[in-house]
Amino acid sequence: MTRTKVYVPRETSAVSVGADDVAIAIARQSKQRGTDIQLVRNGSWGASWLEPLVEVEVDNKRIAYGNVAAADVGNLFDAGFLEGGEHASRLGPIDEIPYLIGQDRWTFFRCGLIEPLSIDGYRATSGFAALERGFEIGAQAVIDAVKESGLRGRGGAGFPTGIKWQTVADTDADQKYVACNADEGDSGTFSDRMLMEGDPFCLLEGMALAGFATGASKGYIYLRSEYPLTHRILTKAIDTARDAGWLGNDIQGSGFDFDIEIHLGAGSYVCGEETAMLESLEGKKGLVRSKPPLPAISGLFGRPTVVNNVVTLASVPNVVRLGGEMYANFGMDRSKGTLAFQLAGNVKRGGLVEKGFGITVRELIEDFGGGTATGRPVKAVQVGGPLGAYLPETQLDTPLDYEAFAAIGAMIGHGGIVVFDDTANMAQQARFSMEFCAIESCGKCTPCRIGSTRGVEVIDRLIAGENREENYDLLMELCDTMEGASLCAMGGMTPYPVRSVLKYFAEDFAPRGG
Amino acid sequence: MSSKGFDAAALSDIVKAHDALPGRLIQILHDVQARFGHVPEDAARQLANELNISRADVHGVVSFYHDFRTEPTGKHIVRICQAEACQAMGSRALTEHARGALGVDLDGTADDVTLLPVYCLGNCACAPAVMIGERTYGRVTSERFDELIGGLEDGLRGDD
Repeated sequence: MTRTKVYVPRETSAVSVGADDVAIAIARQSKQRGTDIQLVRNGSWGASWLEPLVEVEVDNKRIAYGNVAAADVGNLFDAGFLEGGEHASRLGPIDEIPYLIGQDRWTFFRCGLIEPLSIDGYRATSGFAALERGFEIGAQAVIDAVKESGLRGRGGAGFPTGIKWQTVADTDADQKYVACNADEGDSGTFSDRMLMEGDPFCLLEGMALAGFATGASKGYIYLRSEYPLTHRILTKAIDTARDAGWLGNDIQGSGFDFDIEIHLGAGSYVCGEETAMLESLEGKKGLVRSKPPLPAISGLFGRPTVVNNVVTLASVPNVVRLGGEMYANFGMDRSKGTLAFQLAGNVKRGGLVEKGFGITVRELIEDFGGGTATGRPVKAVQVGGPLGAYLPETQLDTPLDYEAFAAIGAMIGHGGIVVFDDTANMAQQARFSMEFCAIESCGKCTPCRIGSTRGVEVIDRLIAGENREENYDLLMELCDTMEGASLCAMGGMTPYPVRSVLKYFAEDFAPRGG
Repeated sequence: MSSKGFDAAALSDIVKAHDALPGRLIQILHDVQARFGHVPEDAARQLANELNISRADVHGVVSFYHDFRTEPTGKHIVRICQAEACQAMGSRALTEHARGALGVDLDGTADDVTLLPVYCLGNCACAPAVMIGERTYGRVTSERFDELIGGLEDGLRGDD
């Protein structure tokens, strides 16, 4: 008799709502009842609102049970869940869940499906096939495929990845680097984490491809310290890949040397900015550098460096394996391919939704998200993290496309979508934007360092109803100064959420008359 | 993490484990904090010597990053996310509740628990989020918070 496979995610969100306890309870019940199961700790499918989401493999179908608590497990066994039995938490086959089948899973196709640290499982789902293909077609052909795909940086800036790689490849140096930005600090975002926890080898393969394409032999993953479980999984994945000959010297006899090291961040938001991250990787304070020089020409330790976000790098293996054109078929206009949107905050069905660009915010939060968790009307949606604008209801039909968002003074950023219901006080949210900038500013440039503190003070006066018109004008002027004169996006884009609140939610400031 | 006495030999071992590379300073400081609970002044001085960098360099890095602390903390570190996704799900009220329940402000310590703010734990679809030690918790209501803190107290009694 074959052992029944039972899947319980080992992923931060699932674990945060009890997945480890569920796994322990299942193992204990199985032992007590003498059933023969194989407990698999997979990644998350991204349907976070259903976590802990347990699956049982029955006749090659994976039957899902949602929101399972450790206390339910005895009951589930009684209901015959090892044979896919009926139960209040039973959702049916995982591949029939509308939230999942409505997606365009490109980069995240293995997340949830495989056992993240099994290199055999990775190989069985075309893992490392792209790197092997890279060795066959050569470095320039890899870069050409990335260019053809239209892939743009998924960290937020949206710079064309192929062009960046070409610049590094064309710059001569004794040493080049690949620096993966895993400092996912934007509130409302967790796609990097889910990828690293659910399919870590995919990131390693993407980094190796970047190294092969550009002539870099050393890679760093700059991982935020707030992700301790991710750190454990990635560390193990790197060791496993090295032992299997997919990292290290002369990878699979190709003559290509590439190895990866993890650097932990230390709780600084601004280190997600690429030049601050490079400073931090060198062991220094995360002070933003002036550009030029571009990191692609003079980056880590002054050497040419590919700096890419986790999801960008993890999107590359499929681009190389299946061809850039296939990826470019997703999306719209100049926003090609897919983005792993993250539905967060006050939303009923929060989680990760990988979709081609062009879907509207409303489709995401209503069709996928099911509206607010509280059942109240949506008041505002912040897209793109703490530096992204708050969209009012009237802007929810904007398609998620880099240029369409820029046109309304907003940005897609890393794809985080945070929903607020009508109880939110937007004046407090504007204040928080400035306060956050004051807390996290690296301090190198004055508009950001001083402007953010002054911004909090002016907003406090506005909330108190003091000299409203003067303070309104002063705040707008401060926003212009910060946007125009800051070194990086921290000070330069903090005005986005602030202005959006002034423009669309002015009623949340105290009534006139001060 | 309780504070342990400073030990110069243990610090030298940490530095050696990182090949005494100045570029590894942040990684070294993480290890120092894991060992001693915070970064003692004596450690900063010795690190500057052993890495051949200035004390100002070490101080600059320690003071720049929110993770590094120069004072001892409580045995348990409780972080409550203060960022937007958690705000949208009531983190401000949860923080107020925590301050009342623990009798401390953010950045304060009482009864072996240090309460800290954190700006995003990446658990934004299961907000509000709290981290205790290295464990992240999601969908934390006031009641759930009290249970978690109660569990710590039980643990404390268990240790004693």
